[in-house]
Amino acid sequence: MGIFDYLKSKETPSSASVAKDRLQIIVAHERSKRHEPDYLPRMQQEIIDVIRKYVKIGDEDVQIQLENTADCSVLELNVTLPE
Amino acid sequence: MAKIIVVTSGKGGVGKTTSSAAIGTGIALKGHKTVIIDFDVGLRNLDLVMGCERRVVYDFVNVINKEATLSQALIKDKRTKDLFILPASQTRDKDALTIEGVQQVLEDLAKEFDYIICDSPAGIEKGAQMALYFADVAIVVTNPEVSSVRDSDRILGILQSKSKRAEEGKEPIEEHLLLTRYHPERVAQGEMLSVSDVEDILAIPLLGVIPESEAVLKASNQGTPVILDEEADAGFAYTDAVDRLMGEERPLRFLEVQKKGFMKRLLGG
Ligand SMILES: Nc1ncnc2c1ncn2[C@@H]1O[C@H](COP(=O)(O)OP(=O)(O)OP(=O)(O)O)[C@@H](O)[C@H]1O
Ligand SMILES: [Mg+2]
Repeated sequence: MGIFDYLKSKETPSSASVAKDRLQIIVAHERSKRHEPDYLPRMQQEIIDVIRKYVKIGDEDVQIQLENTADCSVLELNVTLPE
Repeated sequence: MAKIIVVTSGKGGVGKTTSSAAIGTGIALKGHKTVIIDFDVGLRNLDLVMGCERRVVYDFVNVINKEATLSQALIKDKRTKDLFILPASQTRDKDALTIEGVQQVLEDLAKEFDYIICDSPAGIEKGAQMALYFADVAIVVTNPEVSSVRDSDRILGILQSKSKRAEEGKEPIEEHLLLTRYHPERVAQGEMLSVSDVEDILAIPLLGVIPESEAVLKASNQGTPVILDEEADAGFAYTDAVDRLMGEERPLRFLEVQKKGFMKRLLGG
């Protein structure tokens, strides 16, 4: 390996390490979704419907997330209301 | 008590059937009465890999539908003592396998056999779920490549939630990672995920690493499980994996780049 290759390999990560990073992120995301209760999407839709009775919002204006900690689960609801 | 082992992967074409044939043969070689069941309804292939395609008369679905008895459908392997194959049906009816039907066949087989190997179809839907439902042990076959690793993680999720053991709250299925089609050269070049990369992501114990090998194609051409090839690295790697499955300690091999010797280079080996 020449000195230039060596320098290059320092700055650009190998494609395998890019693959590993991407996999770690997507796998963690999919695992967290796996433990979501089945009713979550339906509940989200109903919450959106209720809010819509009062303000005009799109489906993407509501973020719903379930965080599991050791002794409790926290349901986090983020609604972006129009100006 | 028979042990039920599912060979599964999510992604297709990663080496489930090759591994089922090799591992089933390896277990039988240790003197355990073993049957390998092809769960790939409509895409029967285990028979070809095992070299018994011309002896298939009845299949798994015939037994479930009571059109044949188990002993009529089971094919005794010609090379390996204590080894039998139950071929898949070629029917296009994807609902030919029912949970009740599969359960009955497995219960009957469990009276006769020590090990029942279930060669799963690809995917994470019904066919794959049927193959893993009754399992005690899962061998998750993975290639060092992004989509295979992701699908393996998905199948792990299904093993942990949709299997009989999971549904009944029993002790979970014992999970093992089998990394196949491994190219040490490409790993060394940083072009391919390494064993430890895949272990880090999937976080299940490693059963073995099977190198990419021409011997696998040769073995399937001939209808001989590659574990019987006494010259191939892939065959030795499967033997090691079977030993580990039986609780023996075996160091990993074939992970380093092979330096070709002068003669080998000359002969183009
Ligand atoms: N270690 C290996 N080296 C080289 N080729 C391999 C290796 N393992 C498997 N193959 C090849 O990969 C192809 C797919 O293998 P196989 O049929 O076992 O996969 P599968 O997971 O059962 O596929 P499917 O999902 O379609 O059932 C075959 O051509 C086989 O010869
Ligand atoms: Mg197959």
